[in-house]
Amino acid sequence: MATPILRWCCPGRRWVFAGIGSVSRHGRGVPTGSTSSGKRGQSSVAQQPLITAQKPRKGEREWAAVVGLEIHAQIASNSKLFSGSQVDFAAPPNSLVSFFDASLPGTLPVLNRRCVEAAVMTGLALDCHINRRSLFDRKHYFYADLPAGYQITQQRLPIAVNGSLVYSVCVGKRQSQMVTKTAGVKQIQLEQDSGKSLHDSLRSQTLVDLNRAGVGLLEVVLEPDMSCGEEAAAAIRELQLILQALGTSQANMAEGQLRVDANISVHNPGEPLGVRTEVKNLNSARFLAKAIDYEIQRQINELENGGKILNETRSFDYKLGFMPEPNLPPLLLYDSGSLPTGTDPQQVINIDQLREQLPELPRVTREKLVQQYGMLPEHSFALLNEVGLLEFFQNVIKETRAEPKKVTSWVLNTFLGFLKQQNLAVSESPVTPSALAELLDLLDRKAISSSAAKQVFQELWRSKGKTPAQIVAEKKLELMQDAEVLEQLCRSTLEAHPQVVTDVKKGNPRAINKLIGLVRRATLGRADPTVIKEVLERQLSS
Amino acid sequence: MLGRTLREVSEALKQGLVTPTELCQRCLSLIKKTKILNAYITVSEEVALKQAEESEKRYKKGHSLGDLDGIPVAVKDNFSTAGIETTCASNMLKGYVPPYNATVVQKLLDQGALLMGKTNLDEFAMGSGSTDGIFGPVKNPWSYSKQYREKRKQKSHGENEDSHWLITGGSSGGSAAAVSAFTCFAALGSDTGGSTRNPAAHCGVVGLKPSYGLVSRHGLIPLVNSMDVPGILTRCVDDAAIVLGILAGHDPKDSTTIQDPVKPFTLPSLTDMSKLCIGIPKEYLTPELSSEVQSLWSKAANLFESEGAKVIEVSLPHTSYSIVCYHVLCTSEVASNMARFDGLEYGHRCDTDVSTEAMYAATRREGFNDVVRGRILSGNFFLLKENYENYFVKAQKVRRLIARDFVNVFNSGVDVLLTPTTLSEAVPHTEFIREDNRTRSAQDDLFTQAVNMAGLPAVSVPMALSSQGLPIGLQFIGRAFCDQQLLTVAKWFEKQVQFPVIQLQELMDDCSSIFENEKLASASLK
Repeated sequence: MATPILRWCCPGRRWVFAGIGSVSRHGRGVPTGSTSSGKRGQSSVAQQPLITAQKPRKGEREWAAVVGLEIHAQIASNSKLFSGSQVDFAAPPNSLVSFFDASLPGTLPVLNRRCVEAAVMTGLALDCHINRRSLFDRKHYFYADLPAGYQITQQRLPIAVNGSLVYSVCVGKRQSQMVTKTAGVKQIQLEQDSGKSLHDSLRSQTLVDLNRAGVGLLEVVLEPDMSCGEEAAAAIRELQLILQALGTSQANMAEGQLRVDANISVHNPGEPLGVRTEVKNLNSARFLAKAIDYEIQRQINELENGGKILNETRSFDYKLGFMPEPNLPPLLLYDSGSLPTGTDPQQVINIDQLREQLPELPRVTREKLVQQYGMLPEHSFALLNEVGLLEFFQNVIKETRAEPKKVTSWVLNTFLGFLKQQNLAVSESPVTPSALAELLDLLDRKAISSSAAKQVFQELWRSKGKTPAQIVAEKKLELMQDAEVLEQLCRSTLEAHPQVVTDVKKGNPRAINKLIGLVRRATLGRADPTVIKEVLERQLSS
Repeated sequence: MLGRTLREVSEALKQGLVTPTELCQRCLSLIKKTKILNAYITVSEEVALKQAEESEKRYKKGHSLGDLDGIPVAVKDNFSTAGIETTCASNMLKGYVPPYNATVVQKLLDQGALLMGKTNLDEFAMGSGSTDGIFGPVKNPWSYSKQYREKRKQKSHGENEDSHWLITGGSSGGSAAAVSAFTCFAALGSDTGGSTRNPAAHCGVVGLKPSYGLVSRHGLIPLVNSMDVPGILTRCVDDAAIVLGILAGHDPKDSTTIQDPVKPFTLPSLTDMSKLCIGIPKEYLTPELSSEVQSLWSKAANLFESEGAKVIEVSLPHTSYSIVCYHVLCTSEVASNMARFDGLEYGHRCDTDVSTEAMYAATRREGFNDVVRGRILSGNFFLLKENYENYFVKAQKVRRLIARDFVNVFNSGVDVLLTPTTLSEAVPHTEFIREDNRTRSAQDDLFTQAVNMAGLPAVSVPMALSSQGLPIGLQFIGRAFCDQQLLTVAKWFEKQVQFPVIQLQELMDDCSSIFENEKLASASLK
């Protein structure tokens, strides 16, 4: 059976371009500048970097790109949005399907409290206005993996509106400077996920798995306040961190828990926005950035060459409309002031109570890191960007006397470098926070040199279970503490290299370094270079 | 015994005058004898006998589950019944066996009721005659009554009697016929625009449409979710109250049911009539109303007045727009609700496998009749983006005005409204099918659908026989969730009018034994 399902066949394998059939006026998705708020309109236009086409044919025309995002995040919940079916992505096909999920006639939706709480928490974290009353609608289309023939969503009155997502992008030559940007959050709505279809072209059949059908989704609509792939990717990354911090979604893109559609258009600054196209189904932030930039460039090239950007209609869009979902009464939320007396707390949701339970958001965590440890902002980003890295860092800090700067550098350079090299997650690291803390202690009290410390670290990575002290002892890496021996080694080095000594005395400043190196080699790297320098200088001047 | 009311037979069971198995067998035998009525799509004989056996054990141990234990009941074939085929009288669901019970069915079974079978209807409950289902039309038991036959003999001679059988009304015609012909003591119908009250009026039984939200819809295969209510058909008002008491209450599986706890519905006798105010909506006096129904309506109003009640004329000004709005809202929801029947998960699937779309199209063409397809088509027209505001949203706004009309009237001090249920008595099938389903539904739902738009409780009570010897019922409409007050008034009325018992001897010539010993029972029945 030839179906449009093919597009969705292999999420995670590739992305596809699909134009969408709506110019800004009729689109239900992201509005253009004319409909977005003044504040956002200004900021988005003002901050847009201007992209110049690589081969302009007729003079130098400047182009600005406008990017809006629609994000679907699977809610981390034990059961589905409107049924008691379990949510488990590793389960055998069609094993987690309730009568409602299979749309058996006569079944009715029952709203999952946990999903509502997740939506409210996400809305609060994104500075949204939480609607005290929101509504559910049916969105109709025929699709093999949509058993009821409609998706229950919140089209007319979503649960949260008018928020903002603050994110940062790297700028500067070495991408080392962080610049803070804001994207408006138009709305957050609760909706059902669809099932999965698999098209078997060999046998000409479509296989349907309904395990995912009815899983709760948060649809987050970001205003077109971004102007390039990198900004979009950074915004997505920040949203991911927020969802993970809240625990409202695992937000793993590769596993389809976070799906991003981007609306893209280009225009000449000062002129109306261009026709939008949509890039769908991207499975990593990096691909998202690439795909957006590619599409921006494609549109520019097209327009530069006198072409037009075309709208195509999605094949499943039969223009069937929406209808209120008659089986779900309006979703009412309360705050401590409006909470009706005598109600069962299990039956109502108190926004203020959820606000109190909000965990620390990534932005705040980073600010604290900067303040508390005098860390560079980009280091605070790096610590949060890797799952578990911050916790690892904090555990090391707790157990070591070493300077936070030292710890930061070791965690972000040495430790993260090893992880990346071997493609491991923090949780899979063979080096524990305690081991690294002990190592940094040794370094701090000058028991070992920093080059010896690197050696110890390597050894720790290789041989699980050994402590740094054991490794230092085994490999005889401890710093030379016997001053007498060092004096002796320095003296013999000076005697063996009269030419270098002469150079030093002639005033060549680099000559002393050569001597230090020679002494270090003689100590097998176990002496502190600063101490060596002191001894050498004393001996030379006497 | 079969002619008795639910309450009476329940008493007989408790006293051991009859056993559940005897009762069950008698009903099963009567179902066979009255097969010509086509009231049942599925007769669940084995299930019922098994349930009767269980019930009998309970009675022997003195552990009866209550008023419904051992009582034969029937259920309209649009309620899901676990393990029993549920067809909605449609090719689409022919052979579909639900894996779960509708909440109302479960509640009946939990009380020990015996499920005799699934009753006939218009396909997916879309109709007002019970004539448009794949299993053929339901015949009105009154077609075979002594009362009707005698009147006909006086008028016409020599015509073939059997070709003049009457429709039951619909869409719960099977349930109404089943109760009317004594094959069960209570039956579930569904009521979206009058589908319980209309056949109740035509078959001379009580038809109750409870307040929206009082009774769970979980498991009722929907027509219009925002108007559907499980309906109750019984032989007297008290019986309807007993069944409502069992069915009513919050269901976690239906978010539109009320949270407040519900007490059993016991109906006091009205003593002080002076405190009662009956409203007569003037807009219901339409030119299409038959003179006989109209005169019975005034007679009923006079009856209340003469017994001391206050009877006043009231106005429901938006009444004339109601049927059109009902049509728009109904077909829109139908289009949406029917989308799930695509041949993938359950139900009929065509042989075409060229593409998924071709499979959908052929499955739905083969599965639905013209009426269903017609409503889907108009519904999809109303839901189109460019039409939504002009039709669906407008109809919703008018719906609110219609609901407000009722609120205003009740706020002015009226307790219960009294109206006709139908324009006239039941008509012969040959006459009924001269008009199409849509025209018929628009006429027949005239007095009933506004109640569904407003979510109010209403009950049709049989009042008297027409000059042709056919039942005519009147409708009482109550305040939302004042179902008990409504039924109390209906019970008083029922007692006053003493509606005659149907004389079905001719139909059941060969099973006269059942009625032989019923003289006492019949006599006690008004």
